[in-house]
Amino acid sequence: MFAYLPHTDSEIKEMLADIGVARIDDLFADIPEKIRFKGQLDFETGKSELEVYRRLHSLAARNKEAVSFLGAGSYDHIIPAAVTALGGRTEFYTSYTPYQPEISQGVLQAIFEFQTMMCELTSLDVSNASLYDGHTAASEACALAVNSTRKTDTVLYSSTVHPYTKQVLRTYFNDLPVKLVEVPEKDGVLDTSAVKEFMNGQVAALLVQSPNVYGFLEDYSGIADMLHENKSLFIISSNPMSLGTLKSQGEWGADIAIGDTQPFGLATYYGGPSVGYIAATEKLLRKMPGRIVGQTLDEDGKRAFVLTLQAREQHIKRERATSNICSNQALAALISTVYLATVGKEGLKELSDLNMQKAHYLAGQLTAQLPVKLSARQPFFNEFTLELPCPAQELVSKMEQDGFFAGVPLNMLHPDYPENLLAVAVTEKRTREEMDRYIVSMKGALK
Amino acid sequence: MSMDLKDKLIFERSRTGRRGFRIPEADIPQKKKEDLVDRRFLRGGETALPEVSEVDVIRHYTRLSQKNYCVDMGFYPLGSCTMKYNPKINEAAASLEGFARLHPLQPQQTAQGILELMYELTDKLCEVTGMDWGTLQPFAGAHGEFTGMKFFRSYFDKRGENQRTKVLVPDSAHGTNPASAHIAGFDVVEVKSDQNGLVSLDELKQHLDENLAGIMLTNPNTLGLFEKEIAEAADLVHEAGGLLYYDGANLNAIMGKCRPGDMGFDVVHLNLHKTFSTPHGGGGPGSGAVMVKSKLEPFLPAPTVRKKDGRYYLDCDIPDTMGRISGFYGNVAVLVKAYTYILTMGSDGLKKASELAVLNANYIKEKLKHRYHLPYDKICKHEFVFSAEDMKEKYDVSATDVAKGLLEYGVHAPTIYFPLIVHEAMMIEPTETESKESLDHFIEVMEGIADLAENNPEKLHEFPLSTPVRRVDQVLAAKKPVLRWKKE
Repeated sequence: MFAYLPHTDSEIKEMLADIGVARIDDLFADIPEKIRFKGQLDFETGKSELEVYRRLHSLAARNKEAVSFLGAGSYDHIIPAAVTALGGRTEFYTSYTPYQPEISQGVLQAIFEFQTMMCELTSLDVSNASLYDGHTAASEACALAVNSTRKTDTVLYSSTVHPYTKQVLRTYFNDLPVKLVEVPEKDGVLDTSAVKEFMNGQVAALLVQSPNVYGFLEDYSGIADMLHENKSLFIISSNPMSLGTLKSQGEWGADIAIGDTQPFGLATYYGGPSVGYIAATEKLLRKMPGRIVGQTLDEDGKRAFVLTLQAREQHIKRERATSNICSNQALAALISTVYLATVGKEGLKELSDLNMQKAHYLAGQLTAQLPVKLSARQPFFNEFTLELPCPAQELVSKMEQDGFFAGVPLNMLHPDYPENLLAVAVTEKRTREEMDRYIVSMKGALK
Repeated sequence: MSMDLKDKLIFERSRTGRRGFRIPEADIPQKKKEDLVDRRFLRGGETALPEVSEVDVIRHYTRLSQKNYCVDMGFYPLGSCTMKYNPKINEAAASLEGFARLHPLQPQQTAQGILELMYELTDKLCEVTGMDWGTLQPFAGAHGEFTGMKFFRSYFDKRGENQRTKVLVPDSAHGTNPASAHIAGFDVVEVKSDQNGLVSLDELKQHLDENLAGIMLTNPNTLGLFEKEIAEAADLVHEAGGLLYYDGANLNAIMGKCRPGDMGFDVVHLNLHKTFSTPHGGGGPGSGAVMVKSKLEPFLPAPTVRKKDGRYYLDCDIPDTMGRISGFYGNVAVLVKAYTYILTMGSDGLKKASELAVLNANYIKEKLKHRYHLPYDKICKHEFVFSAEDMKEKYDVSATDVAKGLLEYGVHAPTIYFPLIVHEAMMIEPTETESKESLDHFIEVMEGIADLAENNPEKLHEFPLSTPVRRVDQVLAAKKPVLRWKKE
């Protein structure tokens, strides 16, 4: 018995008779004998819901929890109950891509609101309906830059960009005629004075990240002008939670803003789903990858929303396309939209500030009380990197015994980082009591 | 008259000072933000994010949800999209805190449950497809195609066959196939289908040379027809030194009946959001898992999940890896749902699902083929394609008009204008989860629309009338793009 297969035996017989065949196997007669699969797939037969749930429950129970100070691209923030409730509405999650606008206004309007919110946060003109994640958004942004600038074949990126972003970029571009060149860092941030040496007529864009992989903030004063004089574009990746307090990409003069909206209402969920966001200046609209929702009118003159500018997209352009993106993280983008509506304009500012306050409290206490220091003297938001007197992986293992995920050893992200660097993230969810216990635990672990 | 509340944007409901969520009190000494970071790092401008209460939020998005059609409301005969029912146990399993709270960088010994699930899922998907191992990282079908093309590239680079830059794609292929091959650095050559809607071996032979990297195929193809000569085609491509890529969009037709690996394919991408029942979410998140034959395993994207001495781990030590294709490990919540589905259905249930999907498609086809033109009249697999070309000539009723008529009668439209090789195409895939009554209702509505086309086509041009909005002005949307709300 299968709960999702409604056919009764007599219905199957009737249907076969209407089709004019005797058996279901006759409908598979077009599969040549030699490639037919004759056995039974080698795993268990179907199970009851109770058995399945027990199995999943036991798998979930084998994952251990701890008080988390983990970040490096995925953060443990509050998720309001209203957000979870709306994200669980079947009208949203069991719907298809809104290709039929007359019966898809719900998703279309929510995405239009998402686009608006991304433009507001980044201080840029246009946003798409979302991309897969922040790392792949970087590849799409760089491709957008190469396709929008004349006679360019080089993308510069800062050494301080998340190592996974760099790896995704390399995989994306290594079979294309595009050169990726790393601009070095100095004292834990992009060496802005070095950027000039890398500039030439072939440079399509510079990609940077702030807060960067160490959590440090980078000062981009003058960078946008330098790039624009060279007819190159400026791409800034930012944790969007920081944008409630910190200078937005548009305010730094960026042409393209990217990042990941995971902090906005999405569970860390072992890394996904999250949402890549991309916003850009009006000028770049026609080369923007992915879906875009636009406002229009219906036949009665009523406001309506619709997927638009589809001439850019792969299903029209096929092999001439410059991106193959044919979906978005619609439901996850909708959840981030509901989150931003719920916390609201003032709430986002307060939350963002609270993250910064708590991270500074912990960093201040740790560096004052323990033989650890910040890996560089730089400003930070809700994450910072500590230089430890021991390998970070060892410390993490010890502190796990006390019920803490102490942070991300940077050499986990890339083996080239010194083994004593630990990235520590502090969100609004961490209480003073947890932080004080964390300090005690670290003290014990360092002995 | 002011705008109806239910038609407003969330921004238009905003009232200065209204709040929707209480932030926890700070339990640490607070400092001025200027004392934490230098003023030059601080945001200057305000945002126009809404100021609304929780009640406003709930009502606003609940009302929006009611303007949306969905699988839980009714039938979705969308060809190549496999809009089957999304079981509720999948959602319950995926909501377990033990999964949801996992951080991608927490120590792997604390994430054994999810790693075991990912390992088991990979293993079962290999069994269904006849492949050897794979990756669950791709976020969507098109992302899986891109990953598949990277397997091709890495394989030929390793063999020193850099000249193999040509990828063959049939004219009936999904639109993303050529785009994915192109952005992975390949030159795309289109292969014409024969008069039976299938890839012809004679046509294929003309493209076999030292520049061939391989071919991307869907089987059954987008006409719902099984490519009978697939084994011969695979031999030809392999003899020419090329590889075969299987687009898994149509796997729902053949589970337990035949396997891409046994047909000769080297790389397979699956759409877990189609065949394995995970919800489409209004356009995502999905999952485009990719399975490969062992000769391509050395090129897997990093990391891949492995098992050693009873422990599961993420293996980053893949010397010839194509690199990294996703930030972390893909849409993991989607993987939990697909795994739950496979456990529920089991080996027998998956086979039965494919059988009934094919039964349902043939049933609709036979019942309606006297009213709608069926360009390829033979046994189909899980889907088939009608053409409205004659209807358009005779009555000026297009595939779009038929689609909008269906919306008026409360049924979702089929996929229209695809595949490109059929004019005024209407591609219909009922899936196995629709009952006979549901199919009969659809058939009745389609017959009614065919009657209207003959007797009163004007009416069809006006449809839909009773949907939340009527036909929308696409030209206006593209000509004068309004892509965001702005404060007046």
